[in-house]
Amino acid sequence: MEKLIVSTSPHIHTKDTTQGIMRDVLIALTPAWITAVVFFGLKALLNIVLCVGVSLLSEFLFNLITKKKQTIGDLSACVTGLLLALSLPTTANVWHCIVGSAFAIIIVKCLFGGIGCNFANPAITARVFLLIAFSTSIVGGTLTNFQNPDLVAGATPLEVIKSGDVSTLPSLVDMLIGNRAGAIGEVCALALIAGGIYLIVRKVISWHTPVIFIGTVFILSLIIKQDLSIALYEVLGGGVILAAFFMATDYSTTPINKYGKMVFAFGCGLITVLIRFWGAYPEGVSFAILIMNIISPYIEKWCAKKPLGKEGK
Amino acid sequence: MFGFKFLGKTHVPHNKSTADMAPVRMTSLKEVLLPMAQHIGAPATPIVKVGDEVKVGQLIAEPAGYVSSPIYASVSGKVVKLDTYLRPDGKSVPAIRIESDGLMTVQDGITPPTVDSLDSLIEAVRSSGLVGLGGAGFPTSVKLDAVKNGGIHTIIVNGAECEPYITSDTRTMLDQSELIYDGISLLEKYIPSVERFIFGIESNKPECIKEMVRIFQDNPKVSVMPLPSLYPQGAEKVLIYNTTKLVVPEGKLPADVGVLVINVTSLATLADYVMTGMPLVEKCITVDGSAVKEPKNIIAPIGASISEILEFAGGLKEDAGKILFGGPMMGIAACSLDEPISKTTNAITVLNVKDATEREATACIHCGRCVEACPIGLNPTAFSKALNYGTEEKMARLEEYRVNLCMECGCCSFVCPASRPLVQNNRLGKTALREYNAHKASLK
Repeated sequence: MEKLIVSTSPHIHTKDTTQGIMRDVLIALTPAWITAVVFFGLKALLNIVLCVGVSLLSEFLFNLITKKKQTIGDLSACVTGLLLALSLPTTANVWHCIVGSAFAIIIVKCLFGGIGCNFANPAITARVFLLIAFSTSIVGGTLTNFQNPDLVAGATPLEVIKSGDVSTLPSLVDMLIGNRAGAIGEVCALALIAGGIYLIVRKVISWHTPVIFIGTVFILSLIIKQDLSIALYEVLGGGVILAAFFMATDYSTTPINKYGKMVFAFGCGLITVLIRFWGAYPEGVSFAILIMNIISPYIEKWCAKKPLGKEGK
Repeated sequence: MFGFKFLGKTHVPHNKSTADMAPVRMTSLKEVLLPMAQHIGAPATPIVKVGDEVKVGQLIAEPAGYVSSPIYASVSGKVVKLDTYLRPDGKSVPAIRIESDGLMTVQDGITPPTVDSLDSLIEAVRSSGLVGLGGAGFPTSVKLDAVKNGGIHTIIVNGAECEPYITSDTRTMLDQSELIYDGISLLEKYIPSVERFIFGIESNKPECIKEMVRIFQDNPKVSVMPLPSLYPQGAEKVLIYNTTKLVVPEGKLPADVGVLVINVTSLATLADYVMTGMPLVEKCITVDGSAVKEPKNIIAPIGASISEILEFAGGLKEDAGKILFGGPMMGIAACSLDEPISKTTNAITVLNVKDATEREATACIHCGRCVEACPIGLNPTAFSKALNYGTEEKMARLEEYRVNLCMECGCCSFVCPASRPLVQNNRLGKTALREYNAHKASLK
């Protein structure tokens, strides 16, 4: 008992860690990436490995070059890489994956100060970047192995709806299990919902964001189209479920307080629907979240709780 | 949003393994060191000199002013030194060192004080040396004096004991329920404006709730309110809100909303003094923690050193990493084993090296757990970020986000997955803002 540790209270702490939270997100995404590989084959696996690998490498090299403490152990780069891979279709080639992942980690995350300091979601920003830079090969999706084993490009349900001829839409059961054209990780709604429920149970995210985001898209679609099945296709046909559980719940880029998170989720749903029905793109989830990311600090400020007993301004 | 919600929602470990252990009295000890400042306010003035023989309950230091408290000898023996004691908070205060003769001879002429009015009750409380035993150490007589301004309609008895490990208040409620009854009778008699007495007790102490319900079953003014076992139920503002839904405004005292909060052990001590005349010279403390061999409750003379108490309690089973006065959420770390317990000590918690070693802080990931955890509704991570700014911007932000409302319960630091020193930064912010405002006021 030579040396007593002296510090100020509290002297005990939760066992939760940043790494543990990121590990939970990776676990929650596991059903989604497994179904992605099942539906889209080895090309999907290659994209996932590439994106995760390049993300980790980018962060490692950035920290090395800028002489910062190494942070890849917190696994957040893995999450970013995996989310980017899952939000791309198999038409994305090796270079798209490499450039996108490096862009996400270096430009969007590390240059702004690393984990917790970036104002925009790295995976989404990188996807939008790829979409604008290489639009012909990134937009939309490819048919699954079960629709056509050659991974040929096919219209996503949202593109079908946008074209006006809804007779070629896949069945709703296929939409739920993921047998439809789209980005590799967004197709299987059941796998995403299972992962989302895991995150809610583990208290990594609260239910408010996904429920309000998905609910807003559903209700607004229903009001605008006056058609229940179209509203369901709107919810299941694009990236809403993936984004609602895994991207609109990103800590750094969303409001810190509960009511702020609710407003944020509503805004995401609203902008998604506006872009889908009146914009040039068939899908608007990425843009919606990116726009909301930018105004997130203001939402956070407006929605701050009034402290108990606060007087005056 | 959906009706009334309890404040406080942090799941800290309970570790109340000593709850069913009646305290054992510690009598033989070598010496005690009695600091003159064991309370908020002016340090007491010693009235003994080196070489004086003293007995248990003998006045050795007088209160130096209105907000102050007398100190009594807690052992019989000889004053060996007028010492100084470096408190864990960094203040150096005078202290009286008494070598015990091992006899614990009680001072002659200790008789119950005459209490026949509110004034005489307050005077008795003042001479008992009683201060807020929950940890704050505010002289109880000063608190009671505010009653004279009138308007106190509710007295809340704090039996929440939300700190992990500590069970000394639990033992008070179980072993001294008659004294608690007497205490309530006194307050009821001399503060007639009080309409209700509420006992706030965490639901992890069902036996205490049962006992309080039992002894007060005939008194309709007294109610026992079980509180959720979620930290920090015992924090004054949280307790007031959870028991009465009253909000104490910023910069105001509970008395301003007609409420008086008294710790359950303080209440029992008050009654004990009025019944016996024996001032506050000993404390029931819980000795527990991951390094303690046999956790137990001990009644120790105030001023006894940590080393003597630990020795009496049965020693440690492994090396101590950290020794705390109080529990692990708000306890104060001791620098050495020679430090004495004071009036406000209710536990000695000894953590082993593993538990005492803190994780390295990593970047804030903006997860919002601190915001969710803060019982007052503050944004702790915003304070930490504010500290990075230059003076004017820093102060403006600290003021706007109300760092002054932080009561330092530690929930934010506890829940932070990045192990960030949030409440520690809040303390820095509070001090900085207070000094800045004082400086600004002095320039006017």
